[in-house]
Amino acid sequence: MSNKEKVPVYLDYAATTPADPRVAEKMMACLTMDGDFGNPASRSHVFGWKADEDVKQAREYVAALVNADPREIVWTSGATESDNLAIKGVAHFYQKKGKHIITCKTEHKAVLDTCRQLEREGYEVTYLEVENSGLLDMKALEDAIRDDTILISIMHVNNETGVVQDVAAIGELARSKGVVFHCDAAQSAGKVEIDLEKMKVDLMSFSGHKTYGPKGIGALYVRRKPRIRIEAQMHGGGHERGMRSGTLAVHQIVGMGEAFRIAKEEMADESARLLALRERLLNGFSDMEEIYVNGDLSHHVPGILNISFNFVEGESLIMALKDIAVSSGSACTSASLEPSYVLRALGREDELAHSSIRFSLGRFTTEADVDYTIELVRQKVEKLRELSPLWEMYKDGVDLSKVQWAAH
Amino acid sequence: MAYSDKVLDHYENPRNVGSFDKDDNAVGTGMVGAPACGDVMKLQIKVSDEGVIEDAKFKTYGCGSAIASSSLLTEWVKGKTLAQASEIKNTEIAEELALPPVKVHCSVLAEDAIKAAVEDYNSKKGVVAEGS
Amino acid sequence: MSIYLDHNATTPVDGRVLEAMLPYLQDCYGNPSSGHRPGRESQRALQRAREQVAMLVGVQPSQVVFTSGGTEANNLALKGVMALADAGSGLVVSAVEHSSVLQSAYALELTGYELAVADVDDRGVVKAAMFEQALNEGKTSLASVMLANNETGVVQEIARLSEVARSHGVVMHTDAVQALGKMPVDFETLGVAAMSISAHKIYGPKGIGALVMDKGLALQPMLHGGGHEAGLRAGTENLPGIVGFGAAAEILQTELSLRIDHCGQLRRHAEQALQKIPEVVIFSQQAKRLPNTIFFAVQGIEGATLLMSLDRDGIAVSSGSACASGSGEPSHVLQAMGVEEGLAHGAVRVSFGSGNTVEEVDLLISSLQRQIESLLKLNSVWA
Repeated sequence: MSNKEKVPVYLDYAATTPADPRVAEKMMACLTMDGDFGNPASRSHVFGWKADEDVKQAREYVAALVNADPREIVWTSGATESDNLAIKGVAHFYQKKGKHIITCKTEHKAVLDTCRQLEREGYEVTYLEVENSGLLDMKALEDAIRDDTILISIMHVNNETGVVQDVAAIGELARSKGVVFHCDAAQSAGKVEIDLEKMKVDLMSFSGHKTYGPKGIGALYVRRKPRIRIEAQMHGGGHERGMRSGTLAVHQIVGMGEAFRIAKEEMADESARLLALRERLLNGFSDMEEIYVNGDLSHHVPGILNISFNFVEGESLIMALKDIAVSSGSACTSASLEPSYVLRALGREDELAHSSIRFSLGRFTTEADVDYTIELVRQKVEKLRELSPLWEMYKDGVDLSKVQWAAH
Repeated sequence: MAYSDKVLDHYENPRNVGSFDKDDNAVGTGMVGAPACGDVMKLQIKVSDEGVIEDAKFKTYGCGSAIASSSLLTEWVKGKTLAQASEIKNTEIAEELALPPVKVHCSVLAEDAIKAAVEDYNSKKGVVAEGS
Repeated sequence: MSIYLDHNATTPVDGRVLEAMLPYLQDCYGNPSSGHRPGRESQRALQRAREQVAMLVGVQPSQVVFTSGGTEANNLALKGVMALADAGSGLVVSAVEHSSVLQSAYALELTGYELAVADVDDRGVVKAAMFEQALNEGKTSLASVMLANNETGVVQEIARLSEVARSHGVVMHTDAVQALGKMPVDFETLGVAAMSISAHKIYGPKGIGALVMDKGLALQPMLHGGGHEAGLRAGTENLPGIVGFGAAAEILQTELSLRIDHCGQLRRHAEQALQKIPEVVIFSQQAKRLPNTIFFAVQGIEGATLLMSLDRDGIAVSSGSACASGSGEPSHVLQAMGVEEGLAHGAVRVSFGSGNTVEEVDLLISSLQRQIESLLKLNSVWA
């Protein structure tokens, strides 16, 4: 392959975002000898104090974006750790009260895998279905709550479809039943409004690198009033009020703080811009036959659009689209050949789940990027459909659901 | 996933894409796989009266390796007798395309497709011969 | 301008390391799990850094599991091994371990595992006989002894202890966070089954570390999720951190002996001067120590007072572990060594780094002499 390959158009902001240049600049000032490189736990000298000040400032920025108290923010190494800490932390702390947990089939692997681990430890987990829209059925959630239910874990914005759950309503229900509510907000912080004064969320997971901050840093919001207790999962020097030990990575924290500060400032404008871009993208496909939007666009984050192109296989489509960086779903499962479990949960049959593309737009996406994408996708889908025996059969009026396929 | 140059070549410039009339007596059609599994391959051969494959066409729904396997197969079968074509092994296809282990099933599907096409042709001949 | 003499707490990032990290802070931002080109580029950078770290400690890249730091690596080793051990089995740690090992061990004890703590002698060296005796009590599955202590700098005889552990069928782990970069650290030579290391002690970034392990060692992961790090540690990789760790490891490999010589020289110079002050007691001087660390106390002077005075002169040192700083408790390491509490309260740790100079050491000494003199005078007035 030549070295002069074209830099692809990046439309995978849900997998990770580039750090904002303002973020990178702040981070660089906390690394070398002439910057604030100190260990914030060092209490005996100015290097430590400066680093501690930087961390304090960043904590305020993160808290401000979600209208929380800075003392409610616990730094972690990322949203995966936040999810693990919240779920295991509550499960272990409240196990005398009960061992039942409720979550949902479309959650991120960090939640689902953690729940599976707890099942191995003797907990019982209910995995709720979602409606075809991707939304949770509130009645089903209410019915699932039992006397021994200690935790509900439901994500705010789904990473594959972009569907936004009604977190406020789930919070009301959980609070009224006395059940702790954890919400994975890795995909929503800075994209959808979060007001933790109003929303009755007890624990909320955040990530740096989904919001133009650095990779390797995240946070867990732990409510103080009413006070939520969690058992620490990482032991050591007792950092973060004993909830999470380990030397604080100052540059990472400062980077996440700056990213959240910018997000608060620019969220309204950015959302409007991304929504317009997403509509432009969808309009560009609207006259194509046999395409299906996954997830209800009326309850949706602006930057994500997940579409199934029927009669085209997803992996070959991704390959054809190598000049745009998109994914067929979660980056964490991209190595597997299985169709997306999230789309399956939305009731999509295997064929459509196999042929999905997640376009996720972000801060640096332009109209030209979108137009280029529309043209490329149309051209490649047409080419692959020309190659597809299924498309031919569909065009000939064959009902594919009636065909007896040879098992193999 | 890293694809070999040969897979990329066949994928980007697939050979012999298209269809023959499946009701033509000189045509054998093999359709294998299932949409739910992520691959469906349709391979067609046009056979001369002497039993030699004169032409071949394919359509494939599947990943790049599946498309490349079927494209390669259409090149290989042309000029072969039915017996020779039936002897093509999936391992030869996998080797030629340097398929990684997770993609070997694509070559298996291609082998199944040519077998099915030959069988279809033979059964048609059988029917016609008896009727004439 | 301040003089930084607290390199055991953390080190500044080397300019060359920052240079290596910069592209990954900005332009190369793909998620290493993504199949597209930006993702694959990140995946390659991840592999390269893994090779660099592996090479430094003499293992295969597949033996390196990246974590968020030394604390997580220690937690993963202890809890990961014990979670798969038979119920009712036990673990052995030394009395002078870092809090991340000790607190993990206490947490395990609370969930029902037997914990035995191996004592040290008055130099801070783990007694091999005591260690073996502790292994024999109950069904020990795991032993963890640090390679070098963060406060005293004492280097333990890990290769010997590993042999003992192995002969008892016990998994041996060592916390090499403080040792790395200050002495040769070779996984095979140490003979351990698992070893924790961290980047920010070797002029790499904070927030990244690794657990190096035997290929056959079974661990239960602490973080569940997307199955990163061969299923042992879920979570999107901290790519700039990992790349920085790799770069720091590669530089260290070529510069280790220079650093050892440089720090050793500074310490000799400092200790010669310190020994002339009659009130000064240097801990663990009779043991094999890291070349850059001096842990000492001044009889009759509170450590906190001395630190404050030094800070006023622009000299940054610490009273011991950064993680325990501010607690007001005397060092658990000194307590384990049987140092009398009054003296332990006076402890000061000086830890040199590659950027320090002889002039800086002279400034430290003259400041210390001045402060000690005036503080002792003050004490005698009040006495």
